[in-house]
Amino acid sequence: MYKIVRKKELNPTVTLMEVEAPFVAKKAKAGQFIIFRIDEQGERVPLTIAGYDREKGTVTIIFQKVGFSTIALGELNEGDYIRDFVGPLGKPSEVEGKKKVCVIGGGVGCAIALPSAAAFKEAGAEVTVIVGFRSKDIVILEDEFKAVADRFIMMTDDGSYGRHGLVTQPLQELLEAGEKFDEVLAIGPVPMMKFVCKTTEPFGVYTVVSLNPIMVDGTGMCGGCRVTVGGETKFACVDGPEFDGHKVDFAELSSRNGIYRDREAEVKKDHACRIEAMGKTLIQ
Amino acid sequence: MANMTLTKTPMPEQDPQVRAHNFKEVALGYTAEMAMEEAGRCLHCKNPKCVEGCPVNVRIPEFISKVAEGDFKAAYEIITSTNALPALSGRVCPQESQCESKCVRGIKGEPVAIGRLERFVADWYRENINAMPEKVPSNGIKVAVVGSGPAGLTCASDLAKKGYQVSIFEALHTAGGVLVYGIPEFRLPKAIVANEVKKLEAEGVEIMTNMVIGRVLTIDELFEMGFKAVFVGSGAGLPMFMNIPGESLKGVLSANEYLTRTNLMKAYTEQADTPIIHSEAVAVVGGGNVAMDAARCAMRLGAGHVYIVYRRGEAEMPARLEEQHHAKQEGIEFKTLCNPVEIVGDETGRVCGMKCIRMELGEPDASGRRRPVPVEGSEFMLDVDTVIMALGTSPNPLLRTTTPGLETNRKGCLIVNENEMTTRDGVFAGGDAVTGAATVILAMGAGKKGAAAIDAYLQNK
Repeated sequence: MYKIVRKKELNPTVTLMEVEAPFVAKKAKAGQFIIFRIDEQGERVPLTIAGYDREKGTVTIIFQKVGFSTIALGELNEGDYIRDFVGPLGKPSEVEGKKKVCVIGGGVGCAIALPSAAAFKEAGAEVTVIVGFRSKDIVILEDEFKAVADRFIMMTDDGSYGRHGLVTQPLQELLEAGEKFDEVLAIGPVPMMKFVCKTTEPFGVYTVVSLNPIMVDGTGMCGGCRVTVGGETKFACVDGPEFDGHKVDFAELSSRNGIYRDREAEVKKDHACRIEAMGKTLIQ
Repeated sequence: MANMTLTKTPMPEQDPQVRAHNFKEVALGYTAEMAMEEAGRCLHCKNPKCVEGCPVNVRIPEFISKVAEGDFKAAYEIITSTNALPALSGRVCPQESQCESKCVRGIKGEPVAIGRLERFVADWYRENINAMPEKVPSNGIKVAVVGSGPAGLTCASDLAKKGYQVSIFEALHTAGGVLVYGIPEFRLPKAIVANEVKKLEAEGVEIMTNMVIGRVLTIDELFEMGFKAVFVGSGAGLPMFMNIPGESLKGVLSANEYLTRTNLMKAYTEQADTPIIHSEAVAVVGGGNVAMDAARCAMRLGAGHVYIVYRRGEAEMPARLEEQHHAKQEGIEFKTLCNPVEIVGDETGRVCGMKCIRMELGEPDASGRRRPVPVEGSEFMLDVDTVIMALGTSPNPLLRTTTPGLETNRKGCLIVNENEMTTRDGVFAGGDAVTGAATVILAMGAGKKGAAAIDAYLQNK
């Protein structure tokens, strides 16, 4: 059992939790992930590590309450326990030897872009950070990014904060202006990562993306997380989760991520119906 | 006077039409009367070949004579003097190619039903006594066991009985390895595995789940933590695919994924959060026990048609005859001498068919089996919406890539010497991690040998 020692709502759908997991905290590095299982009936859900404190023995996760299990996790509070919490899994971000990098985070993906940005900084790189959100009210981790970034660019889809537009716009401008990045790291929704790759490709800039496909065990046993990279089948859980973005088959990734979507929608609908029915009974 | 009936006392089973729709155990087990009757068929050979045929050398005629006398407790004690997990081996061992293949009664008629008797004794003990073993006083020497499958459990149990302080490190959230993620409930009820794990804990073995050795801790760190020897029983968990077009479509899964969702994550129950594909028509590619398990799970999960697609003939199928027979009884259709060439998807990326080619048997290949060769122009479409690849597995590369000096062969299997020691001093290994995918009982045998080798190594240190 793993104790939740801190919980903070970052925006209406995104929650931060600090979890007591000394073995994970001891080894965790930026770019790696954990798998949690909320209770005996729970599914195994992968989440990329958002931070860790080796002395306190805690690991921070930041998650969007979108699916069945993340909604249930969001309902837990400080002092509650999570049944299983295993990690660190996957390979860490390769941060050594880079002079100048650009880290791009989209939405809740910023939560996992932050530790990588910090790791790059610590390894001596000059770090440009571009983050994108739908609107001002869901912006997260702005101060934290500013603390590690040499240059920080905030974008919103609706222009309610920072610059109006997508993360690819300032990236395109920087590249056109002759900025030479050793690496662009993009973490966020699949379409965002795909378009970042499309933007950097003509400039020949090495671009890394962090993938979050459907997984079960996270140790290379099931192959559910397989992705095609450069024409080869890779298991994101052990070969990744970070890959050369110019080689990733994004269309296949998007498609595979929808394997159980119909079922999730059904469960959510069913859940909502039940709550509505309960509410009605209460009113009567 | 021995019971000279030529056939085994039949084992009661759930009706195939009923069991094809539930996950309850297929074989129901002998009653005490049936067991005593069957035990009467043993001729108590002076030189019992059956014992040699058993990878853990169960003293078969001795336990059977106790069954014949109705002294089931004594029978249990005889079995467990060499086999820590009889409720498991009695269910999943391929007795027909081991102990029972050597039985003198098999020359004329059927051999004694040794497996069924072993299962009966283990079940009787669990249901009537289930005494937890006593903890042997500790000798203070720490040994780490990586993996809690049949090899790891057996090794841990034998070491604990010798007084070692054993910790098992399991990567998943539940102990049991392939016994819980792979073999389905209807062949091996999970409560039985859990009971064996409980017994191990009573012996003083510490079980640490969620410990992926190679990531959370390395083998070198285990030594730094004071463990004096390590046994690696991490199995063969890496699934193979065919590398044919369409394998990334939605609806193509490895048998490992399908079985893990079904068994470990209990996706067949209403309460489980883990989703599983509910299919109309399923093709399981492969002819081993894992293929049979996947096909039978698919049937139970409600598929209308389930096919086994296998490139060789039925005679070449590696699955146990009993499993093939059970699968057929449950309505699974065998498409042998048939090989997939492409999986076809619809506009949403879901599987809507599998293109196959007919095969014929040519000259024998390296395995001694006749090599299947495609029949030109014989392609046809199999109308399926799910394809499960049960082509075999190889050892997970995680340990060998994180442990300097741990050498493997070209198949990724750990290399061990005649003392079960790997190329790293103090690191022993056994089971599928060494042999590649094999059987539960061979892994148990390897766990046993590993424990003896570790004991000898630590005593001489």
